[in-house]
Amino acid sequence: MYTMPEVLLSAENVTKQYSNHLALDGISISVKEQRIFGLLGPNGAGKTSLIRIINQITAPDSGKILFEGHALHPNDVEKMGYLPEERGLYKKMKVGEQSLYLAQLKGLSRSDALERLKYWFEKFEIQSWWNKKIEELSKGMQQKIQFITTVLHKPKLLIFDEPFTGFDPINTELIKREILELKEKGTTIIFSTHNMESVEELCDDIALINNSKVILYGSMQDVKKSFRTSTYEIVFKGELEGFNQHLNGSELVSNEEVDGLITAKVKLGTNGESLNQLLTKILPIVEIQSCNELIPKMREIFINAVGDSSINATEDE
Amino acid sequence: MNKILLIIRREYLSRVKKTSFVVMSVLGPLLIAGMMTLVIWMGMAENQNQKLLVIDDMYPVFSGLKDRSNKIIVFDYQNISLDEAKKLLYNSDYTGILHIPSNITFGKTAQLFFEKQPSTAIHRNIERQIEEILETINLKQYNISREDFYNVKIDFRLNTIRYKKSGEEEEVNKEKGFVGFAFGLLIFMFIFLYGVQVMRGVIEEKTSRIIEVIISSVKPFQLMMGKIIGIALVGLTQFAIWIVLTVGIVVGVQSIFFDMNYDPANLDGIQMTTEMMKEMQTEKAITTKDMIDPNNLIFRINWPLMLGMFLFYFLGGYLLYSAMFAAVGAAVDNETDTQQFMIPITMPLMFAYVMAIFVMQNPDGPAAFWLSIIPFTSPIIMMVRVAMGISSSAIWELVLSMTLLVATFIFMTWLAAKVYKTGILMYGKKASYREIWKWLFY
Repeated sequence: MYTMPEVLLSAENVTKQYSNHLALDGISISVKEQRIFGLLGPNGAGKTSLIRIINQITAPDSGKILFEGHALHPNDVEKMGYLPEERGLYKKMKVGEQSLYLAQLKGLSRSDALERLKYWFEKFEIQSWWNKKIEELSKGMQQKIQFITTVLHKPKLLIFDEPFTGFDPINTELIKREILELKEKGTTIIFSTHNMESVEELCDDIALINNSKVILYGSMQDVKKSFRTSTYEIVFKGELEGFNQHLNGSELVSNEEVDGLITAKVKLGTNGESLNQLLTKILPIVEIQSCNELIPKMREIFINAVGDSSINATEDE
Repeated sequence: MNKILLIIRREYLSRVKKTSFVVMSVLGPLLIAGMMTLVIWMGMAENQNQKLLVIDDMYPVFSGLKDRSNKIIVFDYQNISLDEAKKLLYNSDYTGILHIPSNITFGKTAQLFFEKQPSTAIHRNIERQIEEILETINLKQYNISREDFYNVKIDFRLNTIRYKKSGEEEEVNKEKGFVGFAFGLLIFMFIFLYGVQVMRGVIEEKTSRIIEVIISSVKPFQLMMGKIIGIALVGLTQFAIWIVLTVGIVVGVQSIFFDMNYDPANLDGIQMTTEMMKEMQTEKAITTKDMIDPNNLIFRINWPLMLGMFLFYFLGGYLLYSAMFAAVGAAVDNETDTQQFMIPITMPLMFAYVMAIFVMQNPDGPAAFWLSIIPFTSPIIMMVRVAMGISSSAIWELVLSMTLLVATFIFMTWLAAKVYKTGILMYGKKASYREIWKWLFY
């Protein structure tokens, strides 16, 4: 039986004002347990401000953050792992020493940290780096160390801000797999990125922040549903003209012919005609190869939503 | 808090393990000891044997010149003209020509021609002898006995003695002030060297972008304090190594040095010192007498108070300034941007350092009072005052100064922490005073 996932972290009407601009304006979101929550938005929208408040690096001016049902407590930082967008390591420090230090700052004992580091270093096959200085490693290698130190203390909540920068495609896949594996093991993840393809692949829920406000929020499916335009892609053999004549209420958005196969994008009409009704009409005329609904990509949703809200914002002014 | 301990440990170890630290720890004392040895060696090298050709136009009045102390000057009298002697100088083993002109009693000058300049000790030796002979001539001329002469001759000194309410008396001496100045200088150096290290450490964390990772685990205040304390320990370690090594090297070098020179056959060495001491006592113009007498100085300073206060002001001053250095480090993106903020921090320090010299002249004046109360200058100025002796009636000043230092340090750390925690997350923003002022109210 399906049970509703518990809420691990929620922001309630969080507002943060910096001297000359409002960074967060009444943000309310809930992050459910064992889900990947995509925190999206254009540059300067307020994502980092919100993440910093969750990590208790800064405090909100008003509103509150609840973690595991209680108001944030200083010790909660040990249950969180944060990979900031602006990240780095002590360049002159050795890999092993540094990993141990960062793990201990997260409350791990030295022996626990050593044991877990051994596991991760073996997993990533990087044992030979242990005594190297960070500055001797390539950017991608440094990112791997950074990833390990973020997840090492087995936090309940992981926050990744642009985790894939600096990784080649192979390592990006590796990290994606690790993130999904962490989720399987019960970790809740907040994932902030501009890379919409990875959002599509990884996220269960999303919140889109623009101009300090949440403008889109919900499960990925629901968000996508709300952006459905009832447009279908129909691939067929036959005459385009005949096909077109039978569309009546619906609109042919675009068409393309390759090797006798025509790919047509059709937006269903406003007269309430269903796809089935449309298909019955055109079936006698053309030979249909395939028919799919064109579900909007996150990329389009992002651009549309942000574009709309920006227009609204300028209208407000 | 074991997290702050972790930070202190990292800050400490990462610096102590650096090769530059090891190099400085070894090189520092070597430099100090080397300089000290060089001074001694140069003093020795100066006393090269001198063979002087004496052209005595007043022969035999000055025929009695001899090296009364260390036998390194040989006076050789020859009855030739000065010009002939000059020709001779470079074709002989003479190191110089002493010309005593016939009008010496009138003109009171003689000439010493040389190839290489003789040391002041040799210079003084010859001067003194001739002076004495001239005195004898004058005494005879005016018919005064040498005894009367010494009775008439006055060697005057004005001693300044602090008379305390309790009836205690205490001599006020500038050389005591020098000791205080030396301690003040040490504090000055420490604040500068290690305060800048705190600043660099903060900038390093900012530029390497590790700062946000760390402050998602610990509070910025913990990180700042951990860094400040860790670096203080590095400084204390360095000083401890320096003291131990310097003492070791100096003792070692001196024992070798002494072995070489202490030849029982050459008893003149000992004679020299006793004779010189006697001479010194009769000489009026020996200003360095008190400086050379270390026993005296050591006994006159209240060492437990001095060392206690040194530690207090040493740490207090460092903590106060390093908090400000940390704030500056947080406000900028790289070291070149620090200059505009460094000036207001270094100014009071420099001022204190310069004023310490004035305070030595007048340790009870208003400048001394105010500068030793104001926390930004007190770590240096109070050292001078403590060394010169704080009267029991002025103990309240000491207490006030210490209290103010602690209070200011706490306030400044609080203020610096505010700038710090905002500044460390600001990138690419050119920080100005206005900007920092705003950060204080975030």
